[in-house]
Amino acid sequence: MSARSVLAEGRASALPALLGRTLRLSATVAFTILGLLVVTFLIGRVVPVDPVLAVVGDRASKSTYDRAFVELGLDRPLYVQFGLYVEKAVTGDFGESVLTKKPILDDLIRVFPATLELATVGIIIGTLFGVPVGVWAAVRQGKLVDQVVRILGLVGYSAPIFWLGLLGLLLFYAKWGLVAGPGRIDISYEYTFTRVTGLYLIDTAMQGQWGAFRNVVSHIALPASLLGYYSMAYIARMTRSFMLNELAQEYIVTARVKGVAEWRIIWVHALRNAAVPLVTVIALSYAGLLEGSVLTETVFAWPGLGQYLTNSLQNADMNAVLGGTLVIGIIFVGLNLLSDFLYTLLDPRVRRRS
Amino acid sequence: MKHVQKFVAVALMCTAAAFAPVAAHAATPADTLIQAWAIDDVISLDPAEVFEFTASEVLGNSYQGLVGYNISNVSEIFGVIAEKWEVSEDGKTFTFTIRDGMKFESGNPITAEDAVYSLQRAIKLDKSPAFILTQFGFSADNVDAMIRKTGDMTFEFEMDKPYAPTLVLYCLTATVGFIVDSELVKSHEADGDFGYTWLKTGYAGSGAFAIREWRANEAIVLERNANYSGDAPAMARAIYRHIPETATQRLLLEQGDIDIARDVGAEEIDALSSNPDIVIDSGVKGSIYYFSLNQKNENLAKPQVRQAMKYLVDYATIADTIMKGKVIPHQAFLPRGFLGALEETPFSLNVEKAKELLAEAGLADGFSVTMDTRNTNEITAIAQAIQQTMALAGIKLELIPGDGQQTLTKYRARNHDIYIGRWGPDYQDPHTNADTFARNPDNSDEAASKPLAWRNAWDIPEMTKKADAAVLEADAATRAQIYIDLQKEHQETSPFVIMFQEIEVVARRKNVEGFIVGPSFNDNSFKAVTK
Repeated sequence: MSARSVLAEGRASALPALLGRTLRLSATVAFTILGLLVVTFLIGRVVPVDPVLAVVGDRASKSTYDRAFVELGLDRPLYVQFGLYVEKAVTGDFGESVLTKKPILDDLIRVFPATLELATVGIIIGTLFGVPVGVWAAVRQGKLVDQVVRILGLVGYSAPIFWLGLLGLLLFYAKWGLVAGPGRIDISYEYTFTRVTGLYLIDTAMQGQWGAFRNVVSHIALPASLLGYYSMAYIARMTRSFMLNELAQEYIVTARVKGVAEWRIIWVHALRNAAVPLVTVIALSYAGLLEGSVLTETVFAWPGLGQYLTNSLQNADMNAVLGGTLVIGIIFVGLNLLSDFLYTLLDPRVRRRS
Repeated sequence: MKHVQKFVAVALMCTAAAFAPVAAHAATPADTLIQAWAIDDVISLDPAEVFEFTASEVLGNSYQGLVGYNISNVSEIFGVIAEKWEVSEDGKTFTFTIRDGMKFESGNPITAEDAVYSLQRAIKLDKSPAFILTQFGFSADNVDAMIRKTGDMTFEFEMDKPYAPTLVLYCLTATVGFIVDSELVKSHEADGDFGYTWLKTGYAGSGAFAIREWRANEAIVLERNANYSGDAPAMARAIYRHIPETATQRLLLEQGDIDIARDVGAEEIDALSSNPDIVIDSGVKGSIYYFSLNQKNENLAKPQVRQAMKYLVDYATIADTIMKGKVIPHQAFLPRGFLGALEETPFSLNVEKAKELLAEAGLADGFSVTMDTRNTNEITAIAQAIQQTMALAGIKLELIPGDGQQTLTKYRARNHDIYIGRWGPDYQDPHTNADTFARNPDNSDEAASKPLAWRNAWDIPEMTKKADAAVLEADAATRAQIYIDLQKEHQETSPFVIMFQEIEVVARRKNVEGFIVGPSFNDNSFKAVTK
């Protein structure tokens, strides 16, 4: 190592280490997102769909068609189109939807909270059940409970969510009337509160509209439970295997020898250690739900990101697709950062290293 | 391990408690009509741009045109915003007189100024449906001189040729001819856009209902228009909810959470017909299902092959099974209910006859060919049925599934062998379909106009002349006869295998009455609904 680089390193450590880390991080984030945009853009252009057709329809005259073609900038070379897009995106302008002419940002602000709310309730349910169930199965390895959990997990993981959704609606909504039907809220409650965050649970609760809040709960219960079940299946399996790994460690034997209460061994000693990889599993499941589950959204008429993106893709509405992809990219990067941060909280070794 | 079980039990109980306060199944409000429909096709609410099914229907209930027609007898045309009209001696100029005392929802009076502005605006904006008006010789440059105000309540509409009056009037019943509130729209103009940006989601009409809100892929909300000149609707509000899945629509309808389900498949019709609370209504629509043979394919270009294909579809079975309740067999390019529609169905499944024809064409052993198939359930099922019957005559049909826009892109580029699709008329006049099925003024790859005949590379100079002549025939009966003759010739020789005409089906709660299923989507009306 040259003297110069030693010097540089010394200075870097003198500066707040955080700064260097932040810079590195932003570079990674920017690069990831740019890559994402390039790939999405190219795929969008390779798809054999004429975007002009989506705008002017099948019947328009040639002059109408040609004008729309130029308006969309399709007469320019690909790299120019892409360059213009990125240039605008950097300043926070994602352009307008080719179809509706509405700013993409407005559309995203409208559809994303629906997905965020559903995914958040879903992941809470998934974690709340998945972790204890996984722990239980690990503790009772090979016993009946373990088998039941395994089967439930397999069903949750392999049954088409579309089919489970319809079945759920048929039973809980149509047959037993336990929950409200598809949609986010009943028409009669629609105008009882103002949309601030777009998360209906929070909006109605903050404005004290408890009738509307209950209605929103009853609407979200079924789709969120479904997503919750789906992520629970995965979280429980992973928890079980992490726990089995921890329970076989020597420190557990030591703890037992020392006479520590069994519940303390499981919930404090073992789970705490299993929690570190578990955070990643939960964060990734959450990110998966946040992309918007198209099928769930379709069955439950949930106006979220998944439906929006699918619809845009089918109409070759490239601005909308790129905007949505960007949001998903940011979610993934953000959740990765969050789980990194949680590592440092959970694992003293990581904390010390940084 | 009691504590673990306890934890799980508590978690279960918490969740159950959170979701418990539910389940009050209220019927829909008495003064509100709630319909479930897949409304993701809506891209605009501006009459100058709307061309999609859902938006056409919304405009049909919230705007008014100069003229209208009786939906049970379309040859009866009457004035709506126009009180009367006269045609000049040379047949080129219509003089319209606007009815006195009508108002827009905003309270502004309806005058000739509004009518002239609306028509000029549609032509200058030049969006998808503009051709319905520009076909009379209008362009952005000449329209100011050709459509002109002659008084507060009168204006002239001068065309380049003496078109059949029925054609002109039917075209004016299309949504692109709806009259907008010029004062209101002008107040929202920006950069000379004729208020386009605003009206895409706004409202400036005079119909029974006013559009209050459109949330894309979520809902469209309409409210009773207090200034409507006709009978006030019984419903104070009408709401469309976007429910993309037909099974979900059915559940909501059976539960009473919606009043009308608009997307009902053959399966749902079957299941709902036994429910005493539900009534199924239907009406004949103008859309026709067909498949067409690209004449660039040398096998398909043989007249005997074109004819054989028409004998290789089991029309009756498809209409009775896969498409039960959704179509009726129909084999001419003008749908029933149109002036001059031909209702004869000369073709049925006849494998022997088809084999003879193929042998005549030198293809006794059949041949292989592809069909671009849109990946919807209905189109796929029809295509598979055709695949089976074609196989009986040795034709190996390969289906290429694709998204709607994808198959259409290929079709428009004439890169297909066989395309299966559905065609809906653009306005109520026979010319709308004759123009595309029986006209091909220029068959070259660079043609300016690309009708369906062009897409299948079917070069028909003689037939094009006949179709052109029909447009200028002033006498309605003579005109009808021209179209009947044209369809007979088309039926025998064309590369279009026209199979069915669509029936639109809606399922409603028993107490919801007065919904009208009209021949075109802007005729579907809920103005008179009571419940």
